[in-house]
Amino acid sequence: MPDPSHHDRVTNTSGAVGSVGDGERKHVVIVGASLAGLRSAEALRAHGFVGRLTIVGDEGSAPYDRPPLSKQYLSGAWGEEKLWLRARGFDELNLDLQLNVRAESLDVASLALSTSTGDIAFDGLVIATGARPRRLPEPLDHGDHAVVRTKAHSDELRDKLRDGAKVVVIGAGFIGAEVAATARCRGCEVTILEAAPLPLERQLGPDMAGVCAGLHERNGVTLHTGVTIVATTAKSVTLADGRSFAADVVVVGVGVQPNIEWLQGSGLTLGNGIECDETCRAAPSIVAVGDVACWPNARYDERARVEHWTNAAEMAEHGAATLLADLNGTPEAALSYMPVPYFWSDQYATKIQFLGRVGGFDEVRVVAGAADSGKLLALYRRGDRVVGALGLSMPRHVMAYRRLLLENASWREALASVPVAKAPGA
Amino acid sequence: MRVYVDESICQGHTLCAMAAPELFDLREDDGHAYVSVTEFTAELMAAGRRAASTCPEQAIVVED
Ligand SMILES: Cc1cc2nc3c(=O)[nH]c(=O)nc-3n(C[C@H](O)[C@H](O)[C@H](O)COP(=O)(O)OP(=O)(O)OC[C@H]3O[C@@H](n4cnc5c(N)ncnc54)[C@H](O)[C@@H]3O)c2cc1C
Ligand code: SF4
Repeated sequence: MPDPSHHDRVTNTSGAVGSVGDGERKHVVIVGASLAGLRSAEALRAHGFVGRLTIVGDEGSAPYDRPPLSKQYLSGAWGEEKLWLRARGFDELNLDLQLNVRAESLDVASLALSTSTGDIAFDGLVIATGARPRRLPEPLDHGDHAVVRTKAHSDELRDKLRDGAKVVVIGAGFIGAEVAATARCRGCEVTILEAAPLPLERQLGPDMAGVCAGLHERNGVTLHTGVTIVATTAKSVTLADGRSFAADVVVVGVGVQPNIEWLQGSGLTLGNGIECDETCRAAPSIVAVGDVACWPNARYDERARVEHWTNAAEMAEHGAATLLADLNGTPEAALSYMPVPYFWSDQYATKIQFLGRVGGFDEVRVVAGAADSGKLLALYRRGDRVVGALGLSMPRHVMAYRRLLLENASWREALASVPVAKAPGA
Repeated sequence: MRVYVDESICQGHTLCAMAAPELFDLREDDGHAYVSVTEFTAELMAAGRRAASTCPEQAIVVED
């Protein structure tokens, strides 16, 4: 763990977090003006931080929400007014929101940040630079292939998803699957090409991954798995077995990579994202949160970087508390961040929800509903514990397992609380 | 003082019910949330505000 000792001189005499004995105001800078960055600012204020707050973000618009970019916003069902993460504005947060400004480098030793518009000194730093779409390897990468990460991407793609358009989606992960579903709903002819034998197998296990893959066929989208792509153009994809797919638009959804290049040489440990301790701390008075951060989740005894909405929001709150502990000279007061991860994905009319640890289980059991009914609840077991709950369009039931997962409940207890036994409406 | 869910906005992510199970319940069919209490104590209002910040759709309305 990084040595927090250089903060020993900071005393908190007034009781107000962020002020020091002589009344000097502390300055916290947040890099990344999206979900995790904004939630960090909100949490810092909610926890009583009264010092200066600056958010630096390289996008041109106020913080907006990404999940609709492959769903309701891409389909056209929602306008941009539904994207804003803080529709009521920023006044009450009393912060300096610097958009279109890029953080270019960081020096941990001197607590200094360089940006595209100048240097900024800080007392505390939150890094929330998220992730960006991975591209296909050279020479398959093509500038005209669409990806979906930003509002501009979604706007551009929507124009191409016209009724009858041919769409080829490379990658059947969550975002690829959602784009395929949305394109289908807009009347496109959609083909998905996936390198793995079964998409989402690592995340959901073979049986449940099979059920999710089946959603595509049931909704009139062709899914080819186990494919090897050997050539692409702006409007075609060719496979190793000679098959070729023509498209009006090729969409690439092959995962994301953390935005950490700007931190080379900063003194932070970079690996699979920014490597943090169990409290979200990357260095004394520097925390990293959201898609960019990797931390050891003590609940599962493993290091992970989690690329989901709820984690970005929850980790931001946790990181804010850790940062304030450091700024107050009480770094030992920072607590371990050990969430039960959660994600959802909306595909066609199905709401997929997963609560718990992804991967590393011994058994999956369907405890309610059935694959062919479109509604299903499955529990995941590891040893004698329940470690996950997957729901297809059974939201109320999935959530009922959250408490059990938080309590590391036994498999027996989980099976005993299967919801079918509950009276209707209970 | 009350907290309610704007049903035209709610997408059934169920995060509110995770954040404040004492305040929200979910509909069986689509997971859309509703407020399950009628008396709003200060604690429930605080829970409502916390839940409002976890709702991805900003569907939770808190009226002080
Ligand atoms: C299309 C799409 C659909 C999704 N759907 C779901 C879903 O259904 N369920 C779910 O759980 N999750 C979903 N997610 C994931 C979820 O949106 C992310 O987990 C979340 O956005 C992470 O927030 P973040 O703030 O950590 O990172 P990001 O949202 O990536 O934000 C990082 C910000 O930092 C900026 N930045 C990067 N580098 C710099 C720099 N050097 N200087 C200044 N600014 C910088 C970036 O431009 C960006 O604005 C989806 C994501 C996408 C793209
Ligand atoms: S968190 Fe928001 S969108 Fe989700 S169920 Fe609750 S109110 Fe609805």
